[in-house]
Amino acid sequence: MFWRLLNLDRKVIFLLVLAAAGIPLFFPLNIGIKPSQPVKNIYNFIEKLSPGKNILISFDYGPSTRIECAPMAAAVMRQAFRRGLRVVGLTIWPEGAALASDLLKRVGKECGKEYGRDYLDLGYKPGNEMAILALSKGIQTICPRDAAGTPIEEFPILSGIRTLRDFDLILSFSGGFPGLTDWITIAQAQCHRPVAGGCTAVIASQLYPYINSGQLLGLMGGLKGAAEYETLIGQPEEACLAMDAQGVTHFLIAGLILLSNLVFFATRKKKKRSGGA
Amino acid sequence: MKRQLPIFITFIAGITMIIQFFLPRLEHATVPPLGDLFLNWFLIIFAFAYILGGASLVVVNFSKIAKSAPGWGYNAVLLVGLFGTLAAGLFGGINEGSLFRYIFNYVFTPLSATMFALLAFFIASAAFRAFKAKTMEATLLLIAALIVMIGQVPLGQALWSHLPFLKGISLNILIDDWIMNGFNAAGQRAIILGASLGLISMSLKILLGIERSYLGGD
Amino acid sequence: METLSASQVIGLWIAGFLTLFIFSFLYRDNPFYKFAEHLYVGVSAGYMMSVDFWNVLKPNLLDRLATAFSSAVSGRIFTKECLYLIPAVLGILMLSRLFPKIGWISRWPLAFIVGVTAGINIVYSMQAQILKQIEATILPLWVKAPPHLVQLKIASLQLFSFTSAVDLSRTVFNWLVVIGVCCGLIYFFFSMEHRGFFGGASRVGIWALMIAFGAAFGYTVMARVSLLIGRILFFKNEWWEAVKMTLAALLRLFHSG
Repeated sequence: MFWRLLNLDRKVIFLLVLAAAGIPLFFPLNIGIKPSQPVKNIYNFIEKLSPGKNILISFDYGPSTRIECAPMAAAVMRQAFRRGLRVVGLTIWPEGAALASDLLKRVGKECGKEYGRDYLDLGYKPGNEMAILALSKGIQTICPRDAAGTPIEEFPILSGIRTLRDFDLILSFSGGFPGLTDWITIAQAQCHRPVAGGCTAVIASQLYPYINSGQLLGLMGGLKGAAEYETLIGQPEEACLAMDAQGVTHFLIAGLILLSNLVFFATRKKKKRSGGA
Repeated sequence: MKRQLPIFITFIAGITMIIQFFLPRLEHATVPPLGDLFLNWFLIIFAFAYILGGASLVVVNFSKIAKSAPGWGYNAVLLVGLFGTLAAGLFGGINEGSLFRYIFNYVFTPLSATMFALLAFFIASAAFRAFKAKTMEATLLLIAALIVMIGQVPLGQALWSHLPFLKGISLNILIDDWIMNGFNAAGQRAIILGASLGLISMSLKILLGIERSYLGGD
Repeated sequence: METLSASQVIGLWIAGFLTLFIFSFLYRDNPFYKFAEHLYVGVSAGYMMSVDFWNVLKPNLLDRLATAFSSAVSGRIFTKECLYLIPAVLGILMLSRLFPKIGWISRWPLAFIVGVTAGINIVYSMQAQILKQIEATILPLWVKAPPHLVQLKIASLQLFSFTSAVDLSRTVFNWLVVIGVCCGLIYFFFSMEHRGFFGGASRVGIWALMIAFGAAFGYTVMARVSLLIGRILFFKNEWWEAVKMTLAALLRLFHSG
């Protein structure tokens, strides 16, 4: 029986994972979410910014990490618009161009904001960290037009903004490389601007040294980070809904790992005994 | 010309970017500093790399179709997807409401998202088969992974608060402060320092012409 | 949810089917999966090139060259936009890589890109990755605090208590970070044999790295599961709306027919 458990058909595991991820979405457990300190740091910082201040958001993710990064970006934008802050958006991921544009328009419209005056979409800028370096020297050189092709001189939101140094907070929501690390390297180290953001959970653990060193103001790691931020702004949406499914699936995978280890040690003990006898 | 000139170009470009870091910025200069110029040129030349990538893809797949290689039908599907999307983007624009955006929303996005969603199944299956605490190191890895996996979800936090001996320990502090900001940050920092030193030494070797593998063969 | 148009409904059906084609790989490799996979690669390449053109080449290069050309026609031959002829030529030379006989010419623009990247990496990596991280590792190994009572309790049983003028948790934390980073770096130093004290420190380094990797694994599981949840939410919300609208339309057709 032990041997059968060890050699469980992977299709059974696939079905279990599907059930664990799917069922709680239809029958939610509604467990409360406790925000962690790295997430609270971002929230508290934005709460302290006075109306009219400028923040730059870089939507550095694609469709594959949209589920994690888009809810965080949306939650931050909602808080920013509520505080009367001005949001300039761009992306250094080519796949992020359309996603950034859609999200900016959707949340901007939801919060009753005007394009060009309260928020702006500068589109995709190639070159990874070089794009960020070019922005630190002059926004107009690398972004002569917005994502739709309109010259940026026509937008009142950019009056007084020439380089990254003119932003009060820089946020990056990154799905991998390039992303937050590059914003830290250039925008924080060179331009001395506070940098914060969110990322896919895959790279979250790699960014903790930057929180520890003070180079990163705060971090939302994965869908959980997004759910924590939605809880903080008092508007639970997609991320909060998904947390129950996340929890059940984690327990399933942890249970499978523990089970396989138990079976492994049990069979190893049995083999030793029968080998010794 | 084939090797010496590229090495010289690499050196000049690299040294310019290093020197511009230390020079003061001149406001209202009529000619942009060389470093800024090189940066703007970089962004444009980098963009041509995408065209090169696309063209290479066309050449490789077209040759498979021409030779009627096994599965050439799939290569045809690839080319139809490529040219269809490119034509929609170039002639119809990429803004909201365009055919290009339609293809992005209903073809590219679901395909991209689902490709990576498959990994959830494989990670569960692989963890079940391979994640065994056979050594001290593997045990440490396993314990850290289990604490983070269980502790990072609301369900885990709710259950922890009902455990008899452990509920006095704040799970958020245990995970955020000690595991993530402590052990994890220390380990990841060692990796960052090691990798960055390696990157700098490799960059220096490239600038000085010692490392020439990026030029390819003759 | 707002009412969907016919094109949106058709699009959601296409998205749903493509999602199922990819998921069919979980059973086994099959023509549907291969079709979706190749379509993904093709559409992805087409997307990148289109975005590249509209967001980069047109505003940053073509518009500038057009300005230079119109200046030249009106008599001003040398303008700062003329400088952009150089990256235009270098970019076109990059395409020579497609032709084996003249492929060596592509080394020139490639050398430029590699040179700029290498130059940037040396200074910016040194500042942000190395110096700042080393600064963050230089921590006090004895953190003072105002005298306070330290107690250890398990359940409601007090094991011990004493007065301390040291911030114990901060001190232990700082020791942990310093030892973890130093021993981790010692592990990566392969020029010396890992024996004796060096070997012991290297062992401690591996332990720190293993805990870091364990945490990374936990987070990776979270990321992958989130992606699956995203797809299920797509079927639950958007695709199901499309199904309902399709059924409603079919019913209307059936009744009117």
